[in-house]
Amino acid sequence: MSTLLFFEQMLNGLQSGIMLFLMAAGLTLIFGVMGLINLAHGSLYMIGAFAAATVAAASGSFLLGLAAAMAAAAAAGALIELVVIRRLYERDHLDQVLATFALILILSEGTRWMFGSFPLYLDVPALLSGPVTLPGGIQYPAYRLAIILVGLAVAVGLFQLIGRTRIGIQIRAGESDREMIAALGVDISKLYTAVFALGAALAGLAGAMVGAIQSVEVGMGEPILILAFVVIVIGGIGSIKGALVGALLVGFVDTLGGVMLPMVFGLFTDASTATTVGSALASMAIYVLMAIILIFRPSGLYGEG
Amino acid sequence: MKLKSVLMAACMTALAPLALADGLKVGMITTLSGGGAGLGIDVRDGFLLAAKMAGADDLEIVVEDDQRKPDVAVQLADKLIQSEKVDVLTGIIWSNLALAVVPAATAQGKFYLSPNAGPSPLAGKGCHQNYFNVSWQNDAFSEAAGAYLSEEGVGKVFLMAPNYPAGQDMMAGFKRFFKGDVTEEVYTKLGQQDYAAEIAQIRASDADQVYFFLPGGMGISFMKQFAASGVEKPVMGPAFSFDQGILGAIGEAALGVKNTSHWSKDLDVPGNADFVAGFQQEYGRLPSLYAAQGFDTANLLISAMGKADVSDADGFRAALKAADYQSVRGDFEFGDNHHPIQNIYMREVVKEGDVVTNKLIGTAATGHTDAYGADCKM
Repeated sequence: MSTLLFFEQMLNGLQSGIMLFLMAAGLTLIFGVMGLINLAHGSLYMIGAFAAATVAAASGSFLLGLAAAMAAAAAAGALIELVVIRRLYERDHLDQVLATFALILILSEGTRWMFGSFPLYLDVPALLSGPVTLPGGIQYPAYRLAIILVGLAVAVGLFQLIGRTRIGIQIRAGESDREMIAALGVDISKLYTAVFALGAALAGLAGAMVGAIQSVEVGMGEPILILAFVVIVIGGIGSIKGALVGALLVGFVDTLGGVMLPMVFGLFTDASTATTVGSALASMAIYVLMAIILIFRPSGLYGEG
Repeated sequence: MKLKSVLMAACMTALAPLALADGLKVGMITTLSGGGAGLGIDVRDGFLLAAKMAGADDLEIVVEDDQRKPDVAVQLADKLIQSEKVDVLTGIIWSNLALAVVPAATAQGKFYLSPNAGPSPLAGKGCHQNYFNVSWQNDAFSEAAGAYLSEEGVGKVFLMAPNYPAGQDMMAGFKRFFKGDVTEEVYTKLGQQDYAAEIAQIRASDADQVYFFLPGGMGISFMKQFAASGVEKPVMGPAFSFDQGILGAIGEAALGVKNTSHWSKDLDVPGNADFVAGFQQEYGRLPSLYAAQGFDTANLLISAMGKADVSDADGFRAALKAADYQSVRGDFEFGDNHHPIQNIYMREVVKEGDVVTNKLIGTAATGHTDAYGADCKM
């Protein structure tokens, strides 16, 4: 493999990791602060993509679509928190899994009912539609570079929010002792709604951005939800930093594994066996990574305990 | 998601139960929810339209949703056979689901008509006298594409498909008829949505042509990403990546792409124009090839019902084998392994007004049959 191709694949890994981070950050915030397993996070991602496709088609503006995606996902998140999730904090994780799984089914069929079963059209804005030439002569889609930049900006913003602001202090305090911060006069239920809406907005943003280069269809959130869970388990549940590192690790391993493993096997078996075995192993690569990390750090890279 | 709709194609009159005495009950297991639901819905709608247009009020249809899950499909088949007592099963979209359901169903003496999947084991060693494939053997479109590209003098091809039975079948079929070199052969994860890594490989490859099979949402993602990547190599695929249900979502990124299909909405054969018009009128959208397959499956079944009663299994089987019905694909007959012998056409994606759709541009293979018939001992 040439250096150029390798570098391009590294960029692809970075981009896929950044996108995963947007999903995983919301998931890990919600789990860390509220102790809630939210399987419906993938549905919020889907809601973002559908809102973006609808608004972009009606208005012709991709940016408006992005804004609508975040607003719709945040609104759906807040509504879900108020109506359903609020009743689940005191329950055990199995109840949460059951209830949020039910939400997946309800939201998927609700979306199908509203939009039909066929995928929606959402394209990248004309400004970012072609490739750009990077130093070294790599041709890389402009839109994917934009995803990397947006993702990095969100990561910086989140670290600032959690580390430097009052609400960030409350979120971190809520993570370690929710009774105590309630006793100190923080309105914990409002805080929870806000955190849930924030996590949902991030998922909606991810859904809209990814929807433009993938397919906007019912059920699009579930595959990425599984990856996002792998990310937060690797990174350590509740840690934003862990989510970032975990997402990048998974992004790189997933992308490079798919490319390199068949090549590695090609060195010592015939081509068709190498392709079959390599592809099969590449699908497992991230789970192997997760298993190895959990052997050495049972609570994840940045987890406590 | 447990969308359970029991549909009586028979007119819902009080007389219907009487008409059922000599009728036939068909159980349709298809994908109506989750990813890929568009395919199942098209097959179902095409099937129901045919029953309606033929006025087949002695045909009772039970529709179930397999959610694209093999375990669910197996349970549904058991339920349909044991408690619904259906005579004929049909509907499955995905090869892995067909492989899970068909052998057990045919072993219990039920007929199975495949309106979509055509995995190679069921065409060869695992063929069964009660299994009729009304769509295609999985390799067919790719075999035709391989032959077409050889004819065009294309030398080097990059192959890509998901790593599951149909993906492997398609690529094997392509290689069987393609005389040039296959420079790379890449198998992706089933359901993969991001193809940045594969597109980088395509860019770096010295192939002149990309041939890929990525049905449903996978094809949408790949085509959009490929168009944005600036890679100039021409792409071709079987019709599954360019059917009417997904062209709208790909948009102009698909324009000019050639794809192989046994059917096209502008195919000039008797009955096709009526089907296209009837489908548009009934459902308000253009039919896809899946809808055409559902339509043909129902018409085949109805033609057999007119000749023999399903309780006479040998007679009914012979009636199915005769394929004495007007296919919207034109000439259609069954080979000895009960798989179709039919023409495969070349289509090109074009824009008609505001609608992105397919146009017929030529024939890729005439009277095409599959490569597995020799292994089939019925």
